[in-house]
Amino acid sequence: MSRVAFGSVIGHLRRTPLRRNLIGGLIGLVVVVLVLESVGPFRQGQFATMAYLGIAVGGLTVLTGLNGQLSLGHGALMAVGAYTAALMLHDVDKPLPLPVVMLLSVLVTVVVGAVVGVAAARLHGPYIAGATLALAVAVPGIASFFGDNLGGEQGLSVSTPEAPGWFADAVYFLTAHDVTGTKYLAYVGWFGLIISFVLLANLSASRVGRTWRAVRDDEVAAELAGINVGRARVMAFVVSAACAGLAGGVMAMVVRIAAPSGFTLALSLSLLTAVVLGGLGSLFGALIGAALLTFLPQTITGLGQSLGLSDLQSAQLAPLVYGLTLVLVILLAPAGLVGTIRNAWRRRQSPDPAPIHPQQEAMQ
Amino acid sequence: MKRWTKQMTRIAGVVTAGALVAACGAGGRPAGDSSSGGAAQVGITKDTVTIGATFPLTGVAAPGYSEIPTGAQAYFDYVNAGGGVNGRKIKYLVRDDGYNPTTTSEVTNELVLKDQVFAMLGALGTPTHTAVVDFLNSEKVPDLFVSSGSIQWGDDPKAKHYTFGWQPDYEIEGKIIGQWVAQNMPDAKVGLFLQDDDLGRDSELGVRQYLDKKIVKVVKYTAGNTDVAPQIAALKASGADLVLGFNVPSYTALSQLVALKLSYKPKWFYSNIGSDAELVGNLLSKFSEGAVHGTDPLDGVLTTVYIPGVDATDNAWVKLWQKVWDKYGKNGHLTNYRVYGMSEAYAFVQALQAAGKNPTREGIVGAVEKMGNAAGPPLAPFRYSADGHLGISGMRVVQLKGGKSSSLTPVLVTDIGAAPIKEDDSAANDSPPASGIPEVKPAG
Repeated sequence: MSRVAFGSVIGHLRRTPLRRNLIGGLIGLVVVVLVLESVGPFRQGQFATMAYLGIAVGGLTVLTGLNGQLSLGHGALMAVGAYTAALMLHDVDKPLPLPVVMLLSVLVTVVVGAVVGVAAARLHGPYIAGATLALAVAVPGIASFFGDNLGGEQGLSVSTPEAPGWFADAVYFLTAHDVTGTKYLAYVGWFGLIISFVLLANLSASRVGRTWRAVRDDEVAAELAGINVGRARVMAFVVSAACAGLAGGVMAMVVRIAAPSGFTLALSLSLLTAVVLGGLGSLFGALIGAALLTFLPQTITGLGQSLGLSDLQSAQLAPLVYGLTLVLVILLAPAGLVGTIRNAWRRRQSPDPAPIHPQQEAMQ
Repeated sequence: MKRWTKQMTRIAGVVTAGALVAACGAGGRPAGDSSSGGAAQVGITKDTVTIGATFPLTGVAAPGYSEIPTGAQAYFDYVNAGGGVNGRKIKYLVRDDGYNPTTTSEVTNELVLKDQVFAMLGALGTPTHTAVVDFLNSEKVPDLFVSSGSIQWGDDPKAKHYTFGWQPDYEIEGKIIGQWVAQNMPDAKVGLFLQDDDLGRDSELGVRQYLDKKIVKVVKYTAGNTDVAPQIAALKASGADLVLGFNVPSYTALSQLVALKLSYKPKWFYSNIGSDAELVGNLLSKFSEGAVHGTDPLDGVLTTVYIPGVDATDNAWVKLWQKVWDKYGKNGHLTNYRVYGMSEAYAFVQALQAAGKNPTREGIVGAVEKMGNAAGPPLAPFRYSADGHLGISGMRVVQLKGGKSSSLTPVLVTDIGAAPIKEDDSAANDSPPASGIPEVKPAG
């Protein structure tokens, strides 16, 4: 009798999204450790880059895919997080513990995100895009204007934090490898990514996520159902901003500097392209988009050079190939790489195909 | 019962998999993990030396600056065709950073960790290089001849042991310009037009040592904001009749155009970095959509030089660069930016020779610290020593006319801080060896 009850509790737990997402997170953790331990320092650096891009793209895909708000200002929100981290890690002898720095980056960005979110909640479609576009243009200017505190055009250099002893010991115990600065940052980035993705996936499967989707699909119906539309929109923006803040904090340490030229409009737009490439609203798609953003340019440039192109030509090749990839994905797989594969899979599963519009897709 | 067994099977499976994973991890170090950090021969083989550089090849900063690595590449091709250095050919890897520090960080990781370069040569830009200077020093990668005049590349060799500056830093340029103005235009009402970063800041520090009382107005612009009308209007309103511009070439063109529009006609004195006549001329006609032609607006403008430029066609160095470019240059003609790249490449070959038959990273740092008086294209000696890694020690004041410069002073040399300004033509008359390849003995 008791055994049956125990079994059913386990079975119940496994069915809850939290449980499912935690298991997914743990598997992700194992994969991360395996990958980071088996690649060289250069790839570890690239994975660190992919981690911070992944976090930001994940936040943006939730905002756009689940709540239908299009933000062109996430690069600026990353700048807020990056400058917060940089201010705490610039020329200090005893920096605060890294989790505290990351948390403060998130908090400051959340405050900025809340202000922007309140404004954005009153706007629709292209007007939100316009307002957030203004943010993307203005924020780097703020860093230049308050040059005395924020380092102006030259930015604030960030000293790479050392891995704490217990962390190095733990990694050595598990893997028999030492922890270098780059590897530590890659771990920090990927821990951040896993934590934020588990939380995002959980949120999207919860009541909050359903509210967001309801607001996205039909505002009037959502309001009639008793949902506070404004609050749902601001919430979504704040959650998304928190991700951007974390991403910015990790970015400042990986890049070792927070400077206005690192947060141009191009950054915000490239985050959006990653969302489109991976598939709107899909966290796994966000990872794929971040991977393309990270690995494609370097691979293409290297390829161009090995084909005998000049340095300049290979440098120009990378954005060209990225643009072509984007065009091809939009033409051939309009729901994004993950979305299209998922749709195809569902069509095979059910004989009566009901094509799923990317906007209406649930998040996985 | 059956369910319980199933549960246990799963748990056992998970535990086994976990154990396996842990066992794999602890199994051993992957090959090639030991390469980074201090190994003496990184980037050097029996017949090659691999070095890296980051430049803006694309984007807003690309005009002009993207030509520097083509010059350096042409000179390395020339040296390699002559047998290389101690039998080693120089492999020069250039990566584009688009003047974005994030990209600089990524491509420098690639050069150091993946391509395993022996040293970095001439990486360009103050914000961009700030992102990587600590990394290069912690990886013990010689970071030679940074293409920027910020004093941070050489004023603290204890903290940045592997980094060396190249051109005269902005502070000594400010001092030399300030003193020349104080002596030759004592009645001038001076306005400063500054880029709001190390370029403007360090230069103002230097200028104020000599002209503090004469300065009637200081205006600053932020790179990227192309509207300089308020700044130029403020200079005009202040009555400044001499404007010292410490800015990049595009802002030389912008300030000239705005001044034309406002019919503001002061005497202009641009620092070396912003005064390349050819590039400014091109930018002027581009920005004005053809209304302004050629370099005429720059006639009479004062500036400084520290390496003989393409207008000095009789100079032995320029003849050498022309010969090298005619043979190994790819597209375009010889420009001052290509001369700049070739001069850095020449200095690197000197440093590599001085580091001996089997160069090490530590060895080349020691060799550069001793190459102060090595005969090279710069008009003034280097300041390199164990206590300072700042680059070329001085320059000449010149006046532009028809795209050519005529000297107004001998070479003036000094150092940062209160160091006096002296005349020193000792390095100005160096000429290249007949082969065009330096012949430096290993430093003892």
